[in-house]
Amino acid sequence: MSTAAANTQRIAPALDAQEGFSAGQYLICLKGIVWRESLRFLHQRERFISALVRPLVWLFIFAAGFRQVLGVSIIPPYQTYILYGEYITPGLMAMIQLFNGMQSSLSMVYDREMGNMRTLLVSPLPRWYLLCSKLVAGTAVSLLQVYAFLFIAWFWDIEPPPLGYLLVLPALILSGLMLGALGMLISSVIKQLENFAGVMNFVIFPMFFTSSALYPLWRVREGSPLLYYICQYNPFTHAVELIRFALYAQIDWISLAVVCGCTALFMIAAILAYDPSRGLLARRGETGGVA
Amino acid sequence: MWRAGLIFFASIIAANGPAQAYMAYVSNEKGNTVSIIDTDKLEVVNTIKVGQRPRGIELTKDDKYCLVAVGDDDTIQMIDTKTGEVTANLPSGPDPELFILSPDGSLLYVANENDNTVTIINMKKRTPLGEVQVGVEPEGMGISPDGKILVNTSETTNMAHFIDTATRKIVANVLVDSRPRFAAFKSDGSELWVSSEVGGTVSVIDPVKHQVTKKITFSIPGLRSESIQPVGINITKDNKTGFVALGPANRVAVIDGKTHEVKKYLLVGQRVWHMAFTPDEKYLLTTNGISNDVSIIDVAKLKVIKSIQVGELPWGVTITKH
Repeated sequence: MSTAAANTQRIAPALDAQEGFSAGQYLICLKGIVWRESLRFLHQRERFISALVRPLVWLFIFAAGFRQVLGVSIIPPYQTYILYGEYITPGLMAMIQLFNGMQSSLSMVYDREMGNMRTLLVSPLPRWYLLCSKLVAGTAVSLLQVYAFLFIAWFWDIEPPPLGYLLVLPALILSGLMLGALGMLISSVIKQLENFAGVMNFVIFPMFFTSSALYPLWRVREGSPLLYYICQYNPFTHAVELIRFALYAQIDWISLAVVCGCTALFMIAAILAYDPSRGLLARRGETGGVA
Repeated sequence: MWRAGLIFFASIIAANGPAQAYMAYVSNEKGNTVSIIDTDKLEVVNTIKVGQRPRGIELTKDDKYCLVAVGDDDTIQMIDTKTGEVTANLPSGPDPELFILSPDGSLLYVANENDNTVTIINMKKRTPLGEVQVGVEPEGMGISPDGKILVNTSETTNMAHFIDTATRKIVANVLVDSRPRFAAFKSDGSELWVSSEVGGTVSVIDPVKHQVTKKITFSIPGLRSESIQPVGINITKDNKTGFVALGPANRVAVIDGKTHEVKKYLLVGQRVWHMAFTPDEKYLLTTNGISNDVSIIDVAKLKVIKSIQVGELPWGVTITKH
């Protein structure tokens, strides 16, 4: 038997298996990935605390200093005048998810360096499914962080309507998926762990500051029309607005469409990027490091 | 399971179901109009053109007429609440600003800002009964629950004048802080609260001894003390909570009726001036002069739930009792 024929024989059962997985097997895989991600999160208490401290510092210190900045105009979804702390809360919720999305990407780089990713990707399940599971796991972790933040903020007189806590969940899942997918896409091009500082400088900060998280866009427009347009084309702005409206039991349809569209786009791009035969990894000639 | 769900939703609907609809009448000082707000729908349902510079506003006890002091026309107009039309004028003195009805609704006491008098009007005959000379620039008007004592505050003299309604004579003068704007009795008549706009305080006065027993002060982090200017005062019927509008501080202070400590500050629109409770005390409406809106405060939750645009420079507000 020639070598080529032997190879074909070896691959054939694997392909058969790939097509014949039951839903239960898919679920086992998802459970495994989510469980591992949750365990990792729970064991890294510092990560949980730092994920909470970051937005709380903004809320307790930054917002206190800028308390009087707003309260001069009513903007939807609010029905009356609000203090600055209340305004930036949805932005801070999205910030938690942004950091979490990027941190998940960091963990993927770490996994790749440590060789854990090999274990994951060697699984016979399709790669897109593995990546999606990872994304779901990351989003689940971000939800824990956001609700913990909302709980603490409640004692700081940030009290959205009770229904808002429930209605914001789907919005948070969507924005978590979008930011996680973006992180995944970025992780595919990061070579080393040290590059995360670059992600902070070139992705997290620009995205956060050119959005409606800290100031309403009408205010930005007064200052700089150019910045206003940049903010409007920033998907993070739409994630913030989607969360803001949902928290007050309303839907911002444009933001919903943008967030859904961007999630799909980033996800497809990440799957392609992680495909060793087509993706960026192949182009960089680094397939061995991943698979 | 579905039954539990049904009960749950039914209870939500019951909890949020429509309260009895009251109508709030808001005088717009610059717009020369009166806006009518449905306190059930929380929206403006009608706007009525009135005379010039409408400020003080109150409904007759039977809700048939809305009285509005139109200062620049030197009169008080009577709006028929059914038709929404001005049907009569009451003979006040020049530049009427604030007024108050006697508890039985038969007499109207009007503070005339320009000639330092309080005019008394017979509401049945719609004729003046007499005048009482008070301090310079009279404004705030409060009446004891039994109708025996009328209190007028004069902005420039910085006094609360206690007037015996039977003899129509001043029986006592109590000095308060600079520019007293408004006076309100507790429902049991045990205390009189007088706000001082420039002084930035609310004086709590014993109406029997005619002495200031306590001065309520305010401080809001991030705001200069000059911008805290107390004006309107409303106290709940059970006397447990008082609300004080703080003018350009854009806040309403919530005050414990017993200890007189400030419990909370509620953010409302700009330059909050006067306020009124719905008869069930579910809501408190505030007029915000500069932002041209009315903020609705949920009294039980102590939360501002909505702000509604009205006419230009809203000043006073009164709400139907039925």
